[in-house]
Amino acid sequence: FNLLLPIITLLRRGDLSCSSVVLNPMLKKRDDFEDMLEERRNSSDLRYALRCYTPVLYKGLAPCKASMLKSMVLQSDQLHHVIGQVSRETGRAADDVQEEASAILEEMAHCLQLSTVRFFAFTLSKVFKTLFRSICVNEEGIQRLQQAIQEHPVVLLPSHRSYMDFLLMSYILYTYDIALPVIAAGMDFMGMKFVGEMLRMSGAFFIRRSFGGDKLYWSVFSEYVKTMLKNGFAPVEFFLEGTRSRTSKSLTPKLGLLNIVMDPYLKGEVYDINVVPVSISYERILEEALYAREMLGVPKPKESTSGLFKARKVLSEDYGSIHVYFGQPVSVRSLAQGRVNRCQFNLVPRHIPRRPSEEIQSFVNDSAYRLVRAQEENMVLKPWVLLASLLLQNHHQDQTAGQKRGMVLEELTAQAVWLRDMFREYGAFLHWPGMNTVLSGQVKPGEPHSTVTPEEELLSQAVIVLSCASYRNQGLHVFLRPALLASAINAASSNLKQEVFNSFSFLRNMFSNEFILCPGATVQDFEEACYLLVKTGALQVTQQELLVTERGQRTVAFLTSMLDPFLQGYQVRETLYKMFSPCLVRLCFPGRLRYTEVLSSDLQKNSLAALLRLGAVQKIKA
Amino acid sequence: MLGNTSDRQRIAQQRLRIIAGHLQGPVDGDSAILAAECKAQGSKTDVCREGKTVPRRRQEIMKWNGWGYSDSKFLFNKKGQAEFTGKRYRLSGMIIPGLKDWMEGTFGANLQHKTPATPLLTSSAVQPATLNKAFLEELKSTGIPFSHDAEDRVFRAHGHCLHEIFALREGKFGRVPDMVVWPNCHNDVVKIVELACKHNVCVIPYGGGTSVSSALECPPEETRSIVSLDTSQMNRILWIDEKNLTAHVEAGIVGQDLERLLNESGYCTGHEPDSMEFSSLGGWVATRASGMKKNIYGNIEDLVIHIRMVTPRGVIEKSCQGPRMSTGPDIHHFIMGSEGTLGVVTEVTMKIRPMPEYQKYGSVVFPNFEQGVACLREVAKQRCAPASIRLMDNEQFKFGHALKPQVSSIFTSFLDGLKTFYITKFKGFDPNRLCVATLLFEGDREKVLQHEKQVYDIAAKFGGLAAGEDNGQRGYMLTFVIAYLRDLGMDYYVIGESFETSVPWDRVLDICRNVKARIIQECKDKGVQFPPLSTCRVTQTYDTGACVYFYFAFNYRGLSDPVHVYEQVEHAAREEILANGGSLSHHHGVGKLRKEWMRDTVSNVGVGMLKSVKDYVDPDNIFGNRNLL
Repeated sequence: FNLLLPIITLLRRGDLSCSSVVLNPMLKKRDDFEDMLEERRNSSDLRYALRCYTPVLYKGLAPCKASMLKSMVLQSDQLHHVIGQVSRETGRAADDVQEEASAILEEMAHCLQLSTVRFFAFTLSKVFKTLFRSICVNEEGIQRLQQAIQEHPVVLLPSHRSYMDFLLMSYILYTYDIALPVIAAGMDFMGMKFVGEMLRMSGAFFIRRSFGGDKLYWSVFSEYVKTMLKNGFAPVEFFLEGTRSRTSKSLTPKLGLLNIVMDPYLKGEVYDINVVPVSISYERILEEALYAREMLGVPKPKESTSGLFKARKVLSEDYGSIHVYFGQPVSVRSLAQGRVNRCQFNLVPRHIPRRPSEEIQSFVNDSAYRLVRAQEENMVLKPWVLLASLLLQNHHQDQTAGQKRGMVLEELTAQAVWLRDMFREYGAFLHWPGMNTVLSGQVKPGEPHSTVTPEEELLSQAVIVLSCASYRNQGLHVFLRPALLASAINAASSNLKQEVFNSFSFLRNMFSNEFILCPGATVQDFEEACYLLVKTGALQVTQQELLVTERGQRTVAFLTSMLDPFLQGYQVRETLYKMFSPCLVRLCFPGRLRYTEVLSSDLQKNSLAALLRLGAVQKIKA
Repeated sequence: MLGNTSDRQRIAQQRLRIIAGHLQGPVDGDSAILAAECKAQGSKTDVCREGKTVPRRRQEIMKWNGWGYSDSKFLFNKKGQAEFTGKRYRLSGMIIPGLKDWMEGTFGANLQHKTPATPLLTSSAVQPATLNKAFLEELKSTGIPFSHDAEDRVFRAHGHCLHEIFALREGKFGRVPDMVVWPNCHNDVVKIVELACKHNVCVIPYGGGTSVSSALECPPEETRSIVSLDTSQMNRILWIDEKNLTAHVEAGIVGQDLERLLNESGYCTGHEPDSMEFSSLGGWVATRASGMKKNIYGNIEDLVIHIRMVTPRGVIEKSCQGPRMSTGPDIHHFIMGSEGTLGVVTEVTMKIRPMPEYQKYGSVVFPNFEQGVACLREVAKQRCAPASIRLMDNEQFKFGHALKPQVSSIFTSFLDGLKTFYITKFKGFDPNRLCVATLLFEGDREKVLQHEKQVYDIAAKFGGLAAGEDNGQRGYMLTFVIAYLRDLGMDYYVIGESFETSVPWDRVLDICRNVKARIIQECKDKGVQFPPLSTCRVTQTYDTGACVYFYFAFNYRGLSDPVHVYEQVEHAAREEILANGGSLSHHHGVGKLRKEWMRDTVSNVGVGMLKSVKDYVDPDNIFGNRNLL
């Protein structure tokens, strides 16, 4: 393998930003943060909520009333076409179908009202101040966003770890006097009495979770989003991951909405679209225990107003700080440059909906992965992420040895410092306030309180481990590629480059449901991993071979054990693919499984999907 | 000063024609004008020819390194005011007070920073001619005039692309033709082409020289002797047929002569491309030209009844003048748009029309470009487009404003002020968004007035306000002087050009927005220090779409290779046009400038078809200008 080759191809493709990532993971320049709660603690919330709010819109546009927006959608060529089509296919009267479209739109549409926003601004100020120590925002990112909004229509793509995300986003934008976004939300919220409507009035629009075959629904939905976007009425915000990640790992991006928002550019209806990835990192996630339980099979509570009211007890706890990083706006035009031939829309009227061509599908898919990676890269990692990683590894070793020792504080400190330096070397975005404050908190995974039955003991133990694991996961993306390489070196039968690559490629392929690994980028990822390990002195690459250096042993061991729980999860899945998760619990007892994490339904789901994809398992419908 | 008998004879013929014109065509149709005898003339310098614009030595009346007549140009006088020299145009001899501010404001240009052109052509800088002796000997024996004078050759080595003119101004010449021949008639051309085939000489037909597609550039890799075949002396109307309303014309005639001579007989072709002062009938056919008044008269393909073209395989023409034929693919369509790659068009029979009884200009102001386009679309839908309808965007409106000549009376300037006040203050039009459509109506008086009302009624539905005849007329006048303005810009570090496309109606707004934005972005990316002028207008309407013109210019101070930057930006703009559903060209043609996109434009099979025609007609690539394919 010629190490330079893919980099050169990247350069040739004009893909400079990407290649610079490959070349300089350590030189990433990031903005400074500013705590926006500080001002809230020092001045009146009421005045803040009632202050003059005059955001600048795209090209100085006047804001558009919700009702006008609706009529624009209903009068659009695209919707007319689909209504005609549906009416011909079903034999229903066109008026009837039109009614239905109108009803769908009614159910979907937001009706942003400044008064509601002000209400939220007031209440959220109160809530945030109780919950969080600080909410840190990179103001340069905000300025870039402000600029971007004036130039081109904007799509905001925040990471999704908590229900908090979307309120937080609007709260921040309101604070900085930036146009409030319209947000794609799941229909589940609509079930919440009163709250659903409140959210709607603060800019949420609601979409059904699945509407696969419903042409009319799709048409109303896509036209609605496109109308808002291309006229620049408001930034469109949605979650690329589709749902909250319960594991703090980024989820495989969903492409539906991304396809829709890119369409106006590809069809030439706008000059460009700016996509802004936003990384929201929580020191402690509100839903942490909930998620762990959910992954162990305890069903997710249905969204309801009363549920929300009951959850008010969280208000008494400390959730640390939040870091929100508004990334560099990504121009869709530059993403598509040389990748998509826009002439493909020349021969069919643009308002007739068509399945995206393979070229476009692969473009949107690759873009989605790039954007999720951009989110990951700007995630701020708190010390606890490092500690969780170390503690978990230690816990696993204990588990194997059958001990319950925990860790000595000094040792943990020493290891944490070592790990911190390693994180930095690999280009992670660390927030490191200073050692003393760091170690005032937790030291080892606590013991379950009162045990009733062995199952319950295991469950509460598992909840703790899974919560820890999800904090560890926050930092996984930093090491993912080197860790895959380290595991590949371990697994390969020799040090020959080709062998290691084959085993890397196998692992990467297997884990592509688990982590953000862009399909088709195996060689780039391999080069990136080699580059990082060589650069940090852990690896030597010769013409033929990959050799782990003396000082690299510790790194490689650490990296391998980062992936170990996942590897074992997949192994278990492979042997037990016919069984259900209850069987797994039983399997844990004799201590045959080192990793309690294997119990995670997320891991099981991903591994099953991977095995299905690889053809190791077949789905037979009974 | 008369040369010889045939000259005398021709002049007598012309007199006859002019008289016939004065008599408003009572003469019997078929015999109105007799075909002139074609006889080769001696090679000595041609004489002054009454009523004809283009002499053999074009440099005597035209600029060798810029646009148009030597006596007409923009300059800044001692007071720093812009004026247009000469006597030929309505604007000639006038002061244009707004131009300086506009140039400084739009481009950041400065009168102190000049980039003057090399004043004189230095013959020593021109490559020595590669002559084919045997060809030359035989040519001499035919008596057809020719020249290998450096000035003559350089004049025919270029069109009017920016890079071509820029190089001339710097006194740089690439490959130029090795000699120029001036055939006097169809038979002369046949002889020249036969000799060229016999001696393997490359022939490049040259009509008006107004190409903007690098079509006249000599391929630098061409090693054979290159002969520029200048058709300018084949400029007679051979006959007019009033029964069928056709005229048979030699293809070297330039547009202004054709119209003027026909007008004298009470007719017109109505074909008025913006370049009509200098472009030739043969050139129109070879590039598929389009005229401003195509809504009434049609584009060149609608106007042509019969074409005679001399090819290396012989002469191609149809056997009759039936108005329409079903005889396989129309062979005219192999000729139209062939851009000089297949042969020389020598004679054309064209439709003519009686001159319109009444002409009226008009203009409409719209609050914004979107409304203007919507109005044009509606006009096209109702098929009531006037002879010409053009919509300028806001930047171009401002530009037109800057070109207003100094008004003589206080009253006029007061009126202007009042108009501006009415539109911007009373009607609330934003002066930075409004745009103007210019209109030209033609026909009998009654119908014109009726037509006018219809169009203004439609315009009113789209928020348009009638803005007077004067604005309209000035808009069309500017068409002819705008090319002169580029030369002025080039004196002050400003380079620019226009290019065009055609696009379906639903794409018009998108393409205008995106291409203009792309130009601005590319300029920024390429290091242009000043904001560029990036503007457009819709110049033609069709049932299903429109023709859009883009104008693009920038101040190149601080750039080391401005022409290269310019070319990169234009290239990007063309890519943007194609990506937005626009065509490669509406009427400028492909030439060598846009060749790279031909395959995508007409498909592989399409290119193969064209190529096989070329291979059959011209197997030895005698017509070796390498345009199109």
